[in-house]
Amino acid sequence: MSVSAFAVPQKNFGDVREEVQICARGFNFYYGKFHALKNIDLDIYKHRVTAFIGPSGCGKSTLLRTMNRMYQLYPEQRAEGELRLDGKNILDTDVDLIDLRARVGMVFQKPTPFPMSIYENIAFGVSMHERLRRSEMDDRVEWALRKGALWEEVKDKLRQSGTSLSGGQQQRLCIARCIAVKPEVLLLDEPTSALDPISTARIEELIMELKKDFTIVIVTHNMQQAARVSDYTAYMYLGELIEVGRTDAIFIKPSRRETEDYITGRFG
Amino acid sequence: MTLHARRKLVNQIALALSLGAMVFGLFWLLWILFEVVRLGFGGLSLDLFTKMTPPPGSEGGLLNAIVGSLILVGMASLVGTPIGILAGIYLAEYGQRGWLASATRFINDILLSAPSIVIGLFVYAVVVTRMKSFSGIAGIIALALIVIPVVVRTTENMLALVPNTLREAAFALGAQKWKVICYITARAARAGIVTGVLLAVARIAGETAPLLFTALSNQFWSLDVSEPMANLPVTIFKFAMSPFNDWQQIAWAGVFLITVGVLLINVLARLIFKEGFKQ
Repeated sequence: MSVSAFAVPQKNFGDVREEVQICARGFNFYYGKFHALKNIDLDIYKHRVTAFIGPSGCGKSTLLRTMNRMYQLYPEQRAEGELRLDGKNILDTDVDLIDLRARVGMVFQKPTPFPMSIYENIAFGVSMHERLRRSEMDDRVEWALRKGALWEEVKDKLRQSGTSLSGGQQQRLCIARCIAVKPEVLLLDEPTSALDPISTARIEELIMELKKDFTIVIVTHNMQQAARVSDYTAYMYLGELIEVGRTDAIFIKPSRRETEDYITGRFG
Repeated sequence: MTLHARRKLVNQIALALSLGAMVFGLFWLLWILFEVVRLGFGGLSLDLFTKMTPPPGSEGGLLNAIVGSLILVGMASLVGTPIGILAGIYLAEYGQRGWLASATRFINDILLSAPSIVIGLFVYAVVVTRMKSFSGIAGIIALALIVIPVVVRTTENMLALVPNTLREAAFALGAQKWKVICYITARAARAGIVTGVLLAVARIAGETAPLLFTALSNQFWSLDVSEPMANLPVTIFKFAMSPFNDWQQIAWAGVFLITVGVLLINVLARLIFKEGFKQ
């Protein structure tokens, strides 16, 4: 029963053994009394793109936001269980959040340029973790903007406000800002949902490029996007992880009925 | 009458009523401005800016009162602004919905709406009676107490307008809280906060009651804040109440100066606010 109306690019994994970067075991999450994530077991592989799909409110963003402990900003939110990054449980109280967030960067749904120049937008995050000389910082900013596929467009106006850029450029600025810190993992929370199709395509190209250096986790509402950019896909529903596997398998031959209903649009 | 025609009529009545209300309000405002210009403009002269307040029947100006007002308003703003901004930051970024923040917010609202004469009398009882003298310092304290709640309120409101996603984005880069506040949220809210401070300055520029019991007034040149200090509002009050024509003329000129000053501050505040939100 091939259900796919999607073009799933052939992905060559070769014979490389996948290396686990993030691993969740018996992971639960609560908003106050509301049990938002239930017993999640999940592996996220190094230098691969993992997509979280599922209907609104299923917990994809919630799961993403635990990976850099963003939820910590809100006292009524609570996580339990194991969530390991390179073997270390990041839910432990002795985890240094600043260090964690240097290793796990995040890009949000809406572009969030800071109210400062393009250059400072990049330098801000870097200066939180490293003391760089002026020339080193210049190099880092250029490196990050090149990685973020934005350098050619902004190299002559680095002193201009980051908010003066277009939406798509702002989002690439946010990605570059994240990369500048040299994290291991990039969390992308619906990074293209506020962008036009051309900007979206540029960001998708960028994601494919970036997975050479980073482990990427992306939340998306757009299933074609998940099919295009990801190597692994996890389908979530009502706080549970229904199915996770190689993207081609999930889209062409899902093993669970619910997954199939969702990706074929029969859900509801 | 068709439904459509009735809706049109109701619409027109509502429009007429709101236009009428606007014209009514503007009418008095323009009349006040007109009278201030008509009566105050004639008193403008070089003497006004170069001579001290005179005894009745002799030549004089408002130099000591102008300088005194600048000192009182300037110092009160310098004292009140940092306190107000820091308290506003606490309310918006740290306290949020905690009990301490709620209590602070409640007390701040009371202070915000407290009649200025109450603040004047309070400072009189606490400072003036202890120092056994009216003084510029007492005036500065009284005016600062009016500045603080205004600045607290606007700072908190402006910070609350900064989208939470901006905060999260900064935290996600591994920034500490104080850096997020200094470099991101306070910067994003800067235009609004500066506007709030300017409006607070405009408000105290014309306050009379709190100075009447504190700085009092001084007929002579004095920059000593431990002594009674000349200032525009109290001088206007004294001179306008007097039976002498030349004093009344000077009082009107003083009113004109304050009005123009406050108007300029307001225009500046608007410009800054607009500029800040454009970028």
